[in-house]
Amino acid sequence: MKVVDTAWKRTSMSEDRLDVRKTYKLLINGAFPRSESGRSYEVTTAKGEFHANVAQGSRKDVRDAVVAARAAQSKWWSQSAYNRGQVIYRLAEMAESRRDELAEHVRLGEGLTSKKSQASVSRAIDRIVWYAGWTDKIAQILGSSNPVAGPFFNFSVPTPSGVVGVLAEQDSSLEAFVNAVLAPIAVGNTVVAIASEKRPTPAVLLGEMSATADFPGGVLNIVTGITGEVAPTLASHEDVDGIDLAGVDEAFGDELAQLAAGSIKRVLRPGPSDEASLRRLRAFVETSTVWHTIGQ
Amino acid sequence: MSEELTNSRLGAMAYDPAPESAAIARLKPAYGLFINGQFSDPSSHENFETLNPANEEPLASVAQASVADVDRAVYAARRAYDTIWSKTTGAERSKYLFRVARLIQERARELAVVETLDNGKPIRESRDVDVPLAAAHFFYYAGWADKLDHAGFGPDPKPLGVAGQIIPWNFPLLMAAWKLAPALAAGNTCVLKPAETTPLSALLLAEILQQAELPDGVVNIITGDGAAGAALVDHPGVDKIAFTGSTEVGRLIQQRVASSHKHLTLELGGKGANIVFEDAPIDEMIEGIIDGIFFNQGHVCCAGSRLLVQESVADDVLRRLIRRVDQLRVGDPLDKNTDVGAINSAAQLARIKELTAYGEEEGATRYTSSCPLPDKGYWFAPTVFADVSQSHRIAREEIFGPVLSVLTFRTPEEAVAKANNTNYGLACGVWSEKGSRTLWVAERLRAGVVWANTYNRFDPASPFGGVRESGFGREGGRHGLEAYLNV
Amino acid sequence: MSRVSTAPLRLVTSVDRDVQLPRASTLPVIESEVQLRALLAGLSGVDAVGAEARAAKLATRSLKKSTKLAALDLAIAMVDLTTLEGADTPGRVTSLCAKAMRPYPSDPSVPSVAAVCVYPDLVGHARHVLGSSSVKVASVATSFPSGRASLNVKLLDVREAVSAGADEIDMVIDRGAFLSGRLGHVFDEVVAVKEACGSAHLKVILETGELVTYDNVRRASWIAMLGGADFIKTSTGKVGVNATLPAALVMLEAVRDFAEVAGAVIGVKVAGGIRSSKDALRYLVLINETTGSAWLSPERFRFGASSLLNDLLMQRLKQRRGSYVRADEFSGD
Repeated sequence: MKVVDTAWKRTSMSEDRLDVRKTYKLLINGAFPRSESGRSYEVTTAKGEFHANVAQGSRKDVRDAVVAARAAQSKWWSQSAYNRGQVIYRLAEMAESRRDELAEHVRLGEGLTSKKSQASVSRAIDRIVWYAGWTDKIAQILGSSNPVAGPFFNFSVPTPSGVVGVLAEQDSSLEAFVNAVLAPIAVGNTVVAIASEKRPTPAVLLGEMSATADFPGGVLNIVTGITGEVAPTLASHEDVDGIDLAGVDEAFGDELAQLAAGSIKRVLRPGPSDEASLRRLRAFVETSTVWHTIGQ
Repeated sequence: MSEELTNSRLGAMAYDPAPESAAIARLKPAYGLFINGQFSDPSSHENFETLNPANEEPLASVAQASVADVDRAVYAARRAYDTIWSKTTGAERSKYLFRVARLIQERARELAVVETLDNGKPIRESRDVDVPLAAAHFFYYAGWADKLDHAGFGPDPKPLGVAGQIIPWNFPLLMAAWKLAPALAAGNTCVLKPAETTPLSALLLAEILQQAELPDGVVNIITGDGAAGAALVDHPGVDKIAFTGSTEVGRLIQQRVASSHKHLTLELGGKGANIVFEDAPIDEMIEGIIDGIFFNQGHVCCAGSRLLVQESVADDVLRRLIRRVDQLRVGDPLDKNTDVGAINSAAQLARIKELTAYGEEEGATRYTSSCPLPDKGYWFAPTVFADVSQSHRIAREEIFGPVLSVLTFRTPEEAVAKANNTNYGLACGVWSEKGSRTLWVAERLRAGVVWANTYNRFDPASPFGGVRESGFGREGGRHGLEAYLNV
Repeated sequence: MSRVSTAPLRLVTSVDRDVQLPRASTLPVIESEVQLRALLAGLSGVDAVGAEARAAKLATRSLKKSTKLAALDLAIAMVDLTTLEGADTPGRVTSLCAKAMRPYPSDPSVPSVAAVCVYPDLVGHARHVLGSSSVKVASVATSFPSGRASLNVKLLDVREAVSAGADEIDMVIDRGAFLSGRLGHVFDEVVAVKEACGSAHLKVILETGELVTYDNVRRASWIAMLGGADFIKTSTGKVGVNATLPAALVMLEAVRDFAEVAGAVIGVKVAGGIRSSKDALRYLVLINETTGSAWLSPERFRFGASSLLNDLLMQRLKQRRGSYVRADEFSGD
């Protein structure tokens, strides 16, 4: 298999030195471990050429990621919505500053032209910004003050489901990933995402950016690897509160949905992957209603 | 101190029986299936008796729906959806629902008596809670039917189609209202299956729907056992399943519909924590604990079945609580002075007895009300377990009966941790006169509903439903529409 | 300020099914306003919604047959038959006393009422008319109903009523002092009036309609009880809001708790606006299910009322005859 020229490799070669190759690792609890299994797998470009060796996450990695996500969730949710918005916006800043790198990976993985991959990155960054703005507005859209027939102050607020598993879309390696992970994160969930099996590197890069964007460890965890191998672990894990099945076909999705039923998970079946909508924001949100007496 | 005082016991003034008349129910000897606007015999010609749990006497014979009957009902709902209901404007649907609300109010007394006879709940509750709330629910959602564009789901949100709705035996009429009203307002047609042991008020509601001249097939009500429910869940002609019941059954339903693309909402079990801080308004708090666990014999998914008391006041609270429990009037559900009625079925009674036996085995201290119990029927005296630990079965499993487990805590943080230490997440209570702490706790409780200085309050405008294994989806309020719209 | 004890307000007695009242009198000592405030601050707050809901729920109790008959007779025996008008005359008081002793002469099984309640200047006359009857003479004193007079004037008012033969004195607390936070002043007045009463029983009117909140009702109840009240009473009947079920509930809870802490049994009187038997029976249910039947006695519960008596008689006769009688069946006094 021929090693492809990548943008930065060309740069290093022009300096006539041996380039330093990158290891694509998992993101668990703010750290970048190799898979505990020690395995990695080869990722190719859309043309079938070698692109990178990527950590092949195991079931144990998924479990570790769930533990990290659970531990981070209450803290992430207890940060002010304004603060969460700033953290997400910072991710957009990071992505913008490394947009060429992202675009190159999208181009190679999805087989797009440079122009189209740049456009895809633009859309992804703009979507991050869109979610950054939602954090402190969603409660006003999904929440309510409820006029009950009695002396009670009664209000409903959207609260996060908790830990959300995301089986990222297989084709759209960056845009769909951004959409799938940031919707639950924006509303206060923490996420364990299984990146696109064949095109994982844009997700890995985004994970790296999240770590420098003040995302607290454990808020976004990314496991790369064979979706079919690790997805059942995620779907059946009882400490996962919801799961987005975007990255699997219908038959496998049915199977995973049945596993998810074991702990009454919220299940999001595939919809339009580029959808920017309340549907996505509502998918992993609970409505918590508080009654308080009103009296002198 | 006079002897009279030292020996006095609360509630010692005996009240003569004040029974509501059972004749008000005007029950028929037998009821068929309500399909396509008509009552009809089940294809199997099989029937079963529904009993009065207070005396084990049969009340009426009810049809056992077969798979073919379920098919007939779903077909009727589908045809009504395609030919009539989907073409009926929101404004017209609205007026049908208002009619139903009014008819429930007009026939309130009859409905209350039927509910009490079939379920065993005190007439005071069916009269003052179940029936008025059922009417209020129809009244509330009636107003939504022509305002869906403004409900926050985008312009012109569409209904799902045919909704299959399976409801429990603890609030038979009220749960029917919770299911039917939002579904119809959103433009769906319905097949409703009431619980096997409490079908009568839903059948009376079917008569009301006839009186309201709701188009045939828009609502179909089929009676039967779990097999009929399963047939409804599995029916390919159903677009949506809404289920209220146990987590165990909810899990099975979610598994069964996993590969069907049916929409699903579940309202399941709970093990609600009622958290009492040392600065709680003590007298109202005691009443709140009582309402939390003994309302409807504790047959309430959101019951405050775990009492978490701050250790500094635990002795005082327990002493007052036991005194109050002893005062509850248990007996004839039709008596207007009855506080706690009959357990709904022999099976449920056996389950309560089994779990309370574990409580004693595990070393909890048991207090049982000294109230006399009737000879016939299914009865369980109000019971409080003190010295309960988090690991005890009575602190973890839903008993669904008049049994309270009392635990203690030291700090707000510990209270929250203990309250959340469950797979359920339906409802919690917080008792304190300190607003900031109440909100601090409410924010951290993993529960769909938090009652502060009150408990077991319901209102059609207030979203109700659980998190985690207590289910998903909301009933009530604007949020309740989402369960029946394709959004 | 006097009295001895350091009994805690929070009860830590062991769990017991029956209400066990302490045998020893352990009335808390109040020696300073600071101490009084600390004691009152230790009382639990009242959630208004919960208290009102509890009272409303108990109001749905349905008393039938023998329970109803017994309750009606008990209510009659609990009435303080009252006239508190500027136009009161000896003649008016004479007929009131006659009615009090024999509310329905056609039926001797009807009990006499607990007391007649009059202004101090008519106490002597009432005493004379009642003679050796079991009916007590109660008098409102302490510049009833406003209580806006100096302590000396109030005490003189009390002493005159007592010396004219009053068995019971209904005093008003200084609501102005209470609402402006001078709780020690309120307490001291109760103590002083109690002393002036001598052997006469003291009923302390809280005027709950002016205290407004249930927290205030609870605190005022405790001030009165600590100060030596034999009864705590809701209202004068002269302001917009008189006795209400939830206010009475809070007061009954106070006497119940006080009995447990202090071993002293204090009565409760509800007054103002109670006109129908239905209302009266609701109070009896409230007692039964709050303090227990020990308070179901004229020694411990009173209705301050006038027109209530005829309705109780009317319902009593209806229960026995099965049909309603004319209002004119009973005297208009």
